Amino acid sequence: MKFISKIKITLRKGILDVQGKAVENALHSIEFPMISNVRIGKFVELEIEANDKNQAYELVDAACKKLIANPIIEDFEIELFEV
Amino acid sequence: MKFGIVVFPGSNCDHDAYYATNKVSSEKSQFLWHKDTSIPKDIDCIILPGGFSYGDYLRCGAIARFSPIMMEVVDFAKKGGYVLGICNGFQILTEVGLLPGTLMRNKSLHFICKDVNLKILNNSTAYTSNFGLGEILTIPIAHGEGNYFAEESIIEQLEGENRIVFKYCNSNGLIDDDSNPNGSLNNIAGIINKEGNVLGMMPHPERYSDRILGSDEGLKIFYSLINNI
Repeated sequence: MKFISKIKITLRKGILDVQGKAVENALHSIEFPMISNVRIGKFVELEIEANDKNQAYELVDAACKKLIANPIIEDFEIELFEV
Repeated sequence: MKFGIVVFPGSNCDHDAYYATNKVSSEKSQFLWHKDTSIPKDIDCIILPGGFSYGDYLRCGAIARFSPIMMEVVDFAKKGGYVLGICNGFQILTEVGLLPGTLMRNKSLHFICKDVNLKILNNSTAYTSNFGLGEILTIPIAHGEGNYFAEESIIEQLEGENRIVFKYCNSNGLIDDDSNPNGSLNNIAGIINKEGNVLGMMPHPERYSDRILGSDEGLKIFYSLINNI
C-alpha cells in the first residue's frame, strides 16, 4: 500500500524561536500588533510504501527520529493518508 | 604525524586545513573523499572541515553524517583516533553523536564572520596543551548556525568534566553576554568528548595559519596535536 505522509517539525517548547520572534516583531511593526507567539517550523511531505498504516507510521516515525528531525531541539507531528 | 581531511560536497575550508596542517607537519596531509569506505592506516588525525556540506539542507551536518566515510570516522574515533571538527565539522560531529548537543541558528539570525576571542579553559587536551590555562586565542568565526544548545544536564556534565575547551570572551578574558557572538549556552565555542580524542569547535584555527592572512595564532592547535601524537 502507498501512503502520503505530511510531517510538521517545530522547535520544542521552551527553545527560543529566533526566526519566529523576528517575524513577530515585523508583524507588530506593520498592522498586526494583535499577533503573538509566532513559531516557524518545517514541513516535509513524502510517499511511503508499507503493508498497512501502522507500519507506515512506524517507518516515518523512525525516519523522523533518525534524520528528518533533531529530537534535541525539535518536535514533529506525522499525518498519514492512504493514496 | 599525518592529517586526513574529509571533503564533502560543499566543504570550503578543506584546502585551508590542508595548508595549515602541511605547515606544521612533516608528513603531507591527505584529502579523504566522503564516499571513501576506509581510512588509510597511517592517518593520525581526521579533520572534518568547515563549509556547507550538502548545502546545509534539512539541518547543518544532518546529511553529511550519513556519508559513507562517516561510518569509518565514527569507528576511527571509537578506537581512540583523533577527530577535529571545525565549524560545519562540529555540526557533523553533533549530528553523528560523537559530541553531545546541537548548533542552532545564531540568536541574531545573522551569518557572522569576524574575529573572536576564545578563553582556553582546558589545556590538558591533546589539542590545547601548547596553551596556558586561561590564555586567549583570537581566531575568526564564520557561521550562521553556531548557537550551541544542549539539555541542562548535559551542560552541567560538560562543565563538571571540564569538557568545555573554549568559551567566547572579551579581549580581557571576561566571559560575558557581550562577548557571546551567537547565543551559545554558557558562551560555549568548543567541546571535547569524555575520552579526549574528539573535539568540535565553531571558530576556525586553520584560517589563521599564516601571518599573510592576518595571523598565525590558529597554528598553535595543530602544533599541540603534533606534540601529543
